[in-house]
Amino acid sequence: MTEFLRENRLAAAGLLIVALLTTAGVFAPWLAPYDPADQKLVDRLEGPSWQHPFGNDELGRDILSRVLWGTRVSMRVGATVVLLSGLAGVLIGGFAGYVGGKLDTFVTAVVINSLLAFPGILFAIALVAFLGPGLDRLIFALTTIGWVGYARLARGQVLKVKTLEFVESARALGASGMRIFLSHILPNIVQPVLVQASVGMAIAILSEASLSFLGLGITPPTPSWGAMLNDARNHLFDAPHMVVFPSIALVLTVLSFNFLGDALRDWLDPRSVGES
Amino acid sequence: MLAFLVRRLLLTLPIVWIVVTLVFGLIHLVPGDPVAQMLGEGASVAEIEGLRHDLGLDRPVLEQYRTYMTGLLRGDLGISFRNQETVASAILARYPATVKLAIASMIFSVIVSVPFGVVSAVRRGHAADRAISLVSLFGVSLPNFALGPLLVLFFSITLGLLPVSGQDGFLHLVLPAVTLGGSTAAVMTRMVRGAMLEEIRQDYVRTARAKGLNEPAVVFGHALRNGLLPVITLLGLNAGSLLAGAIITETIFSWPGLGRLTIQAIFARDYPLAQGCILAIALTYILVNLTTDVLYSVVDPRIRYD
Repeated sequence: MTEFLRENRLAAAGLLIVALLTTAGVFAPWLAPYDPADQKLVDRLEGPSWQHPFGNDELGRDILSRVLWGTRVSMRVGATVVLLSGLAGVLIGGFAGYVGGKLDTFVTAVVINSLLAFPGILFAIALVAFLGPGLDRLIFALTTIGWVGYARLARGQVLKVKTLEFVESARALGASGMRIFLSHILPNIVQPVLVQASVGMAIAILSEASLSFLGLGITPPTPSWGAMLNDARNHLFDAPHMVVFPSIALVLTVLSFNFLGDALRDWLDPRSVGES
Repeated sequence: MLAFLVRRLLLTLPIVWIVVTLVFGLIHLVPGDPVAQMLGEGASVAEIEGLRHDLGLDRPVLEQYRTYMTGLLRGDLGISFRNQETVASAILARYPATVKLAIASMIFSVIVSVPFGVVSAVRRGHAADRAISLVSLFGVSLPNFALGPLLVLFFSITLGLLPVSGQDGFLHLVLPAVTLGGSTAAVMTRMVRGAMLEEIRQDYVRTARAKGLNEPAVVFGHALRNGLLPVITLLGLNAGSLLAGAIITETIFSWPGLGRLTIQAIFARDYPLAQGCILAIALTYILVNLTTDVLYSVVDPRIRYD
């Protein structure tokens, strides 16, 4: 692993930034110099200074503190969505692939294909628009669109693994179908799921920010990078710093999870190196 | 070809039916009473009951579904509760602006991605390749709601070159089209690079070089023609996604298209209009994907026999 990271600088950078972001998210209450909701109207739209390195927003709130707390929100939403959608997708898609027959046809042809027929973000917008904004509804909407990718991946992997000899020998030794699925097949499809999870974090964080930007995600005053960018839109002329810092935070996060996903793929499957 | 077309159409019909059913079900997801929420606080019981009756929400769900489906077949999507116009006419009025924006962003993506992807592949490992790969990697990770304001900041506010909003003429189209097509251009650049790297290694390219053709003729006349095949599919798939992306881009630039109408309908709690907009975007997405598949089978006949 250390050798791989030494040779693959982008992977090392991705891992480092993800580690920093996780630390920033977990310790945001202690790292943030100010309360992210604390308004000081006399300092509104002030540019970066020693007291406020990222400047202040239209309500005089400290942007650095809001970016740090926004990291916490983004990482929390990303991790929860990836965990829930990964679990649901692997179990549903994997089980359908393992059982085969009508259940597999139903899950693949009807459920997965129909959900993929929608652009994911449109479906999320539709769900949140009718359910109403809020963290739990946002997570529900993103999980609803997110699990399909894992299900398709898990189904394909299970179809491949279930024909291998070790599965046949487990069956010959008298293991039950459920035991074969949970103890023998699932552990063998974890690697590609991990790669998908890393890219899935980037997608979930971007989707959260998109919905919050539209005013359909995280509700104020909770800081979210997407909502901060929406606030910044009205002050492009008088406070351009408002758009710069949340954008940098968002791009760095998405980029680092993409790097990490690429690196994980190369590390777990060295044959894929150089394909892209 | 006809058999392929019929099979592809038959596969699409159930998906259309499921999408329509999902969109129909959306209004029933609203927590509490959707009609009371549409009218807001202060509405009388008589007003609520009146609107409920007008929307047909006082009838059994199955009957509502039947009415919705038969209406849809006639092109009737209901009445916009805020504007008192038909949902279909509101959508049709805004649709051309979105199509114009989507086409402009696709043209931008192709103009940028094909030359840069080719240069990146032909000059693999050189400084140009590294620079293009790095920029395209950033492009993939930069969402349109961050790119849009940054472009406005640079090109409109700092340089004063391009207008921030409006819809008159070519200049007004540039920033929204670049914002919407930015990530597609980045993805396609990577795709063209990958496809070209694959083609350059093929025997027919070696043959073309061996018979003395100059390099531009080999790259553009031979390799690129085959390398563009997977790119067409990606372009088609992205054309559908652009419509969803248009919701954000149109909000940023106050572009009077379907995406902005969707958001306006959602915030006005005009549920029939929001349902209609979402359905229109989803159906366009399905139609574009279908067209892409058919076009791809025309360009590459092997697809039809898979």
